[in-house]
Amino acid sequence: MSMQMITSRRFWAILRATVEFVIVTLLTFVGLLAITFFIGRVIPIDPVLSVVGDRATQEQYDIAKIAMGLDRPLIIQFVNYVGDVFQGDLGRSVSTNRPVASDLARVFPATLEMATLGIAIGVGLGVPLGVWAAARKGTWVDQIIRVFALLGYSVPAFWLGLVGLVLFYATLGWVSGPGRVDIFYEGLVEQRTGLMLVDSALSGDWDVFWNALDHLILPATILGFFSLAYIARMTRSFMLDQLGQEYITTARVKGVSEWRVIWVHGFRPIRVQLITVIGLSYAALLEGSVMIETVFSWPGIGNYLTVALLNADMNAVLGATLVIGSVFILINKMSDVLYRILDPRSR
Amino acid sequence: MTNMQSWLLDDSPQSRMQANLGNSYRMLRALLRNPLAVVGAIILLVLVFAALFAPWIAPHSPLGQDLGARLLPPSAAHWMGTDELGRDILSRVIYGARITLMIVALVAIISAPLGLIIGAVSGYFGGWTDKVLMGVTDVFLSMPKLILALAFVAALGPGIENAIIAIAITSWPAYARIARAETLTFRNSEFIAATRLVGASHTRIIMRHVLPLCTSSMIVRVTLDMAGIILTAAGLGFLGLGAQPPLPEWGAMISRGRTFILDQWWVATMPGIAIILVSLGFCFLGDGLRDVLDPKQEGKS
Repeated sequence: MSMQMITSRRFWAILRATVEFVIVTLLTFVGLLAITFFIGRVIPIDPVLSVVGDRATQEQYDIAKIAMGLDRPLIIQFVNYVGDVFQGDLGRSVSTNRPVASDLARVFPATLEMATLGIAIGVGLGVPLGVWAAARKGTWVDQIIRVFALLGYSVPAFWLGLVGLVLFYATLGWVSGPGRVDIFYEGLVEQRTGLMLVDSALSGDWDVFWNALDHLILPATILGFFSLAYIARMTRSFMLDQLGQEYITTARVKGVSEWRVIWVHGFRPIRVQLITVIGLSYAALLEGSVMIETVFSWPGIGNYLTVALLNADMNAVLGATLVIGSVFILINKMSDVLYRILDPRSR
Repeated sequence: MTNMQSWLLDDSPQSRMQANLGNSYRMLRALLRNPLAVVGAIILLVLVFAALFAPWIAPHSPLGQDLGARLLPPSAAHWMGTDELGRDILSRVIYGARITLMIVALVAIISAPLGLIIGAVSGYFGGWTDKVLMGVTDVFLSMPKLILALAFVAALGPGIENAIIAIAITSWPAYARIARAETLTFRNSEFIAATRLVGASHTRIIMRHVLPLCTSSMIVRVTLDMAGIILTAAGLGFLGLGAQPPLPEWGAMISRGRTFILDQWWVATMPGIAIILVSLGFCFLGDGLRDVLDPKQEGKS
């Protein structure tokens, strides 16, 4: 086979994967919209009431009903809803009295910052722990890592957050308490990306940077623990698959060092599989941050969602659901397509 | 005893019952060899026991207030201390076992058969039925479960029944996927074709021949999912959207204790430990069951 043919076959494989990715993602996104539409317009006995509140006058009620298009057939309502969402119109929040879309844009970076540090911790610790457990299969090391990982499936995030606050903030004083920065640092840094660490570093404000990191480290570590559990478990099982292969035995017989057998012969082939796992856990962290943010008064999308839930602010609830859902779907499908493109068999 | 054992392990069983009992016995023995699975089973037995006999075990009433004895630290009289209304936390945790058990049982009863039937129908018929059903399933699967449950509860209104419905709505897709995958492995096998030749209807084939073969991987998956269901239910309770006060639901108890966490740590900590133990119990048992019932699934979660 000529070099050119291989490259063109690879090109077609990538193109196909990309086109399929776009179609599937769009379809899934319409599915998500159908669900939020159903939740917002069909389940409530009176969707108008859930938007204007029960203190509205009859006149306000009628105006809202026509403005929401509720006098039209359901399918038209859905089409209008999809059109609105694609134009970035998610309705107004009853509690903040601002467009939900701009509210979400304001709070999203805080969540992104926490989830990103969380996944870094999860990958940094989870992958080595998983490899270690696989290399020592059946020993006490493996058992301890197994129980530790299962704890990640069994501990309520909000409980761990509360205990962490008591222990590391109130008792030991190692970290700062709830919130993103101390109150006297608030508003000092010019907002560029909305990510506190990046903004303060860009403007060279290192006091704010260290303070923000001090606030971020505990919630991010707790969040990271949950992805660590999943990543370590999957890494272990991928590694066990590899280490059971005959070429590993061959390498050992040839006298390759154990370190090299594990990290080069064993670990290299599973890197592609790990991308999917890491993508999935990153998406799961965005979801998990809801509970953590509530406990740490972290002004992110999770906190916004829970406040909206308690105020029965449906537009805000559905907007937040839609944004978290879309990011979740996107990361999900993207790790899928990355896997297909990077998989050596598609070369 | 040895007689009994040899009857159970007989290589040529005389009746269907003997074969089934023998199989169960072999699995039980395999399960008992796994120490973590035994620990898990014991934890769950304690949970069921506590739920069944709560009025006899609990030293105090779960709802009886005693304002003179509020926020007492753990002691001989109150093993887990008391809460802000002077209620004994241990008694509330014991009664809470009933609520937790009810939630997981109802979610399993609603979502597992639903997923099972959707998956089996999808895999059995194939073609457009399969495409449509699996399309819907995939949409639900690629959505964050907790967020979706939150949104459903927001629309349905807070309360324990609505929390159960919301969790069930978000849990069935995983079961549908598994049931479909299982069904695909034997839909073209000869015994299905033979049953069809004898004249069995589609409904009969699915109910009597397809579904029973999907159950073992289903049991494993449901057991492993229980921890997640408990955590979601507790999370809804913590946010005030699940069980309402004064019900002694563990998540709601943590939420009440949150106010006093710095000075009276036990109010929020104790129910959390109960949640962790029960979830771990399900994880341990699920892991053990998977090794026995469904060895090829190892590592997948």
